Amino acid sequence: MATDIKTVYGIAAEFPSAAALFHAAEKVRDEGFKHWDVHSPYPIHGMDKAMGLGKSWLSAIVLCGGLTGLATAFFLQTIPSTYLYKTIVHGKPTNLLPVPFSIPAFTPIMFELTVLFSAFACIGGLLVLNRLPQWYHPIFNWDRFEKATDNGFFLVIEARDPRFSENRTRQMLEEIGGLHVTLVHD
Amino acid sequence: MSDTATITPEQQAAVTKVPLVLNERTASWITSNISSIVEDKTPFWWWVAFCITSPVALFGLFCICYQISTGVGVWGENHPVGWAWDITNFVFWIGIGHAGTLISAILFLTRQKWRTSINRAAEAMTLFAVVCAGIFPGIHVGRFWMVWFLAPVPTSYKIWPNFRSPLLWDVFAVSTYFTVSVLFWYTGLVPDLATLRDRAKTGAKKFFFTLLALGWRGSNRQWRHYEMAYLILAGLSTPLVLSVHSVVSFDFATSLEPGWHTTIFPPYFVAGAIFGGFAMVLTILLPARLIYPQLKDVITKQHVDKMAKIILLTGSIVGYAYLMELFVAWYSTNSFEKFTFFHSRFNNDGSGYYQWAYWCMMTCNVVAPQVFWFKSCRSNLIWVFIICMFVNAGMWFERFVIIVTSLAQDFTPSMWHHYHPTWVEIWTFIGTFGIFLSLFLLFMRFLPMIAMSEVKIVLPEADPHHTVRQSGVGIEAHH
Repeated sequence: MATDIKTVYGIAAEFPSAAALFHAAEKVRDEGFKHWDVHSPYPIHGMDKAMGLGKSWLSAIVLCGGLTGLATAFFLQTIPSTYLYKTIVHGKPTNLLPVPFSIPAFTPIMFELTVLFSAFACIGGLLVLNRLPQWYHPIFNWDRFEKATDNGFFLVIEARDPRFSENRTRQMLEEIGGLHVTLVHD
Repeated sequence: MSDTATITPEQQAAVTKVPLVLNERTASWITSNISSIVEDKTPFWWWVAFCITSPVALFGLFCICYQISTGVGVWGENHPVGWAWDITNFVFWIGIGHAGTLISAILFLTRQKWRTSINRAAEAMTLFAVVCAGIFPGIHVGRFWMVWFLAPVPTSYKIWPNFRSPLLWDVFAVSTYFTVSVLFWYTGLVPDLATLRDRAKTGAKKFFFTLLALGWRGSNRQWRHYEMAYLILAGLSTPLVLSVHSVVSFDFATSLEPGWHTTIFPPYFVAGAIFGGFAMVLTILLPARLIYPQLKDVITKQHVDKMAKIILLTGSIVGYAYLMELFVAWYSTNSFEKFTFFHSRFNNDGSGYYQWAYWCMMTCNVVAPQVFWFKSCRSNLIWVFIICMFVNAGMWFERFVIIVTSLAQDFTPSMWHHYHPTWVEIWTFIGTFGIFLSLFLLFMRFLPMIAMSEVKIVLPEADPHHTVRQSGVGIEAHH
């Protein structure tokens, strides 16, 4: 409709099993590709290493979230109960000297908000790191790809990778056991 | 290079465990057979069940509206029994809501792979149980429109809640628990929603699942963060699930009421919650397994056996706690404690108003699960179902005993008073069962009730070092 010139997104290949995909990933990693990915219906144990990926830094985001929650709970409880609206009840002191708050009684809510904010940071961080929600992606243009959430194992090398070459990459994918090697357009 | 070649078939058989998924089912079998529950035409039995549960739920909602519009006087509460069925039901439901997160979090951290078959349904059950639980503290405050006083909102009156009160801790604990459980549940659902999206044929279904799946592609760059997120959520939920019922128990334990003023309450409540929660998981999954025969390969007798063992363990912990309460009451020599724990329960002179409730609880919670010591009982699904029914009833009685028995007869005999529930209370409670079961039926019908992507991981073929059977590409152990 709009144009006949389609941009090439990359070359995709299917593999028969998790094991085959795992070994193919090791080979693609060793070839030195940077912009590529594998798709599987479930996470494959050890695949991060096979792809040469490091540890996910999501945990750092969660730590920040947790500390924010802890601080929020601390101030949320301390400021009203010791300054704004002093509640001196059931023998629990407002001033537990030398600090002006009652830590034992504040602990449960400090724990709860730490967990709550950590969980929000975890989900928020997951969405940001995975760039989700993203309802359009070129790989969905490949009709075989719907098996990726069923029992299909796929490897995609993107055209923006400096080592990408339509013929040589296709040849390499076929050599390492890729089936249905296909050019995927954007 | 590989030592596996020297292992004889006999040696192999001796160490081989019963597979978690029976009949050598493949990943595509799991996809099509679990998705079909959502995709196929609504079965007749579903309509039958829903036509029973939804009117009950609606009548429960009517009772709630009636109570809110008329006042708490429509309930049977009095002085001194100011907490009765409302809080009993709250603790009952919140307890049931513990199994799901236990299965999804604690069993995940302890690498109990059998959890994958049951975690989705159990988590859904958790959410619906917490929904039912959340109703009661909301409506028992009497003036429902003042319920926002529970939240720390600076108001024009400049009134703040008391942050040193366990009742406020409870608000935070339960709402955090519900929120985190929803997030955990949804995170687990995303890959399976993507499966349904990719299988969907019609426009509306496709649109619905596309929207919910967020564009999930199952790429390893996504799985990497996803697995980390799952691990972190499991790590967060583990102390959380233990904290929620501990905080609920503080509502009682921090008071001076005989029968409540007990330091063992937090662990005892948590054990009881897991106990009751697993019983409810089985109560729901056993019929589901009967209705959808394909589930029998995924939720196997091995799973039922393991859950029965957890029920036995936690039931015995609860039994130990009951005995320890008696010991502490005796050891303390406190006459009020001794009256609550001994006189009103063991003397047959009619001085204990609710003696029968105590013995119902003991029978259902401590005696009944002991049959699970026998493998023949754990593998007989009818037995398992019957025992779970005992546990469900017993755990309700436990909370009734703790709350009503203690309040009705505390320090001053001149203040003692009987308590009887009214029809409104009874039907509100029955109504929450209607809400719970209706929500679960809707969940079964519209969302994948088995975590497909997780069950696929426990298949032998998911192991990247597994020798592929059919393609003939034998791959050696990789180091």
